[in-house]
Amino acid sequence: MASLREKWAGRSVRWGRIAGRELSTVAITMFGLLLVTFLIARVIPIDPVLAVVGDNARPDVYEKARLDLGLDKPLWQQFAIYIGKVFSGDLGTSVLTAQLVTEDIKRVFPATLELATLGTLIGVSLGIPLGVLAAVNQGRWPDQIARVIGLFGYSIPVFWLGLMGLLLFYAKLGWVGGPGRIGVAWQDFVTPVTGVLLIDAAMQGEWEAFWDGFSHLILPSAVLGLFSLAYVSRMTRSFMITELQQQYVIAARVKGMSEARVIWHHALRNAVVPLVTVIALSYAHLLEGSVLTETIFAWPGLGRYITNALLNADMNAVLGGTLVIGAVFIGVNLLSDIFARLADPRAR
Amino acid sequence: MSSWTDYLITDSPASRRQARLGQFYRQWLAFRRNPLAVIGLVIVVALLLIAAFAPLIATHNPLTQNLDGRLLPPSAAHWFGTDSLGRDIYSRIVYGARVTLVIVLLVVVTVGPLGLLIGAASGYLGGWVDRVLMRITDVFLAFPRLVLALAFVAALGPGLENAVIAIAFTAWPPYARVARAETLIIRNQDYISAVRLQGASQWRVVLRHVVPMCLPSLIVRTTLDMAGIILTAAGLGFLGLGAQPPIPEWGAMISTGREQIFDQWWVATFPGIAICIVALGFNLLGDGLRDVMDAR
Repeated sequence: MASLREKWAGRSVRWGRIAGRELSTVAITMFGLLLVTFLIARVIPIDPVLAVVGDNARPDVYEKARLDLGLDKPLWQQFAIYIGKVFSGDLGTSVLTAQLVTEDIKRVFPATLELATLGTLIGVSLGIPLGVLAAVNQGRWPDQIARVIGLFGYSIPVFWLGLMGLLLFYAKLGWVGGPGRIGVAWQDFVTPVTGVLLIDAAMQGEWEAFWDGFSHLILPSAVLGLFSLAYVSRMTRSFMITELQQQYVIAARVKGMSEARVIWHHALRNAVVPLVTVIALSYAHLLEGSVLTETIFAWPGLGRYITNALLNADMNAVLGGTLVIGAVFIGVNLLSDIFARLADPRAR
Repeated sequence: MSSWTDYLITDSPASRRQARLGQFYRQWLAFRRNPLAVIGLVIVVALLLIAAFAPLIATHNPLTQNLDGRLLPPSAAHWFGTDSLGRDIYSRIVYGARVTLVIVLLVVVTVGPLGLLIGAASGYLGGWVDRVLMRITDVFLAFPRLVLALAFVAALGPGLENAVIAIAFTAWPPYARVARAETLIIRNQDYISAVRLQGASQWRVVLRHVVPMCLPSLIVRTTLDMAGIILTAAGLGFLGLGAQPPIPEWGAMISTGREQIFDQWWVATFPGIAICIVALGFNLLGDGLRDVMDAR
């Protein structure tokens, strides 16, 4: 009885230590992210004020911006103020939209989320079976197909693939909707609630708008999905090859289990833990890949917001977007770490 | 001929040079057996040759505008057609090989040594140096690479040099990781202890004995990374943040063809194919090199 209590106490101490370590990693990474964006905003440009207000600002506007930025204070104080502002949700005002960057990002982020989520779904639902087949048929044609898809995924520029997709499937074949998120005819049918267009349309029963939105969404997310597919299938293959060499696989076969059960039930299940990390990483990378894809497809998401801001030297918006994507990266990494610990008894 | 192969494949080399050449030769024999890797090598060598002899291979001046011959489809006179300023796309792609090569080389020259040094120092010295350096590396690894490069170029201003700096700034952490992992294995080897007992300083051990042993896996890593660097550079060029017009950069060329994609498909299509082929070449070569040089 006493020993059991000691065991539990020991476990909670260890959990505390693990949680502490994870938290300190997240805190340090977050600090680094803030430091880098701060340096990019304040130290690299020759005149940070011009970067915010633009070249043709009147002197009084310039002076006000200078004081707003706190450029009369020492650098470390500026950094402290910057951190304080970020944590209170103040990322400054966008020159381009004349609105708070936080509000802008809240408005555009769901569109990107929609794109990256469907892209990941496509990549995972095709990538895992492909990777498993490649591992089982190592060196034979399914393996070669997986290899070719992987190589193309790592070699094709995403923006070019998007253009080619538009040319073929929209202009020549007419199978999908063109650039934009939804046809002009349907634009006013759906009132944004969650911001995710397909969910909003479905909730309001606007099924025609739903299908129109889907026809616009499918091509950009398929383009993104190819890159996720390349990565996920390659990693699945290597995890599965490792698992299939383990002794428990031989034991299962000796017991007379069907090959399908050995592969899909026993081996794949053990590959799931590292796979979740891979999927999380690829999800985060799709958020980033959307910067180029959204430009091609005129998709009103975070990526296009950042590129538009870039082309107009709107530094607050650029850095706000960078910060949000960086924070999502950190968050996704943390979640996949936690999952790996919970799912794998050895890591507990 | 046969005396040369005998010299190279002997089991008892008489000199250090013979041993080294022999090792290269064996690796080459293994490399040659992999057809995909050879295709990759051919593509990369072709890129080098095209870049070196661009004036001979191009049919037109890549910068000469001809407003009467705008947006012509591919023909005998203009193999890949002309762009919206009447420039010959084939010749621009040929000269674009130079731009691509310059970007890749500049990034690798900056990033390779930096990552190698950070990783080797971190792995060899250990202790707090290791902890601090690896923390910084982790922070950078956790960043979205392209977005960070974008923000960086936005602050520095667009241009080829700034694009290179931005890519290098975001590309070094994996190199440091690889070099550190190698160093951790190397540093406990007997020959390192022997050198240390002879009184070599720590810097000498790191630079002369640890770094050379890290090179093979770093070369593999670099070759595999080249494709990513090319794609990032093309992405920056596409957004108008890389090489500025009229420099014939492949990503920027795709971007100029964007408006005409539905009517004049060739303007954006051919530069994209060039990027694909070159990136594929580096990927294939890197895969082949990994199998030969870095068996783990």
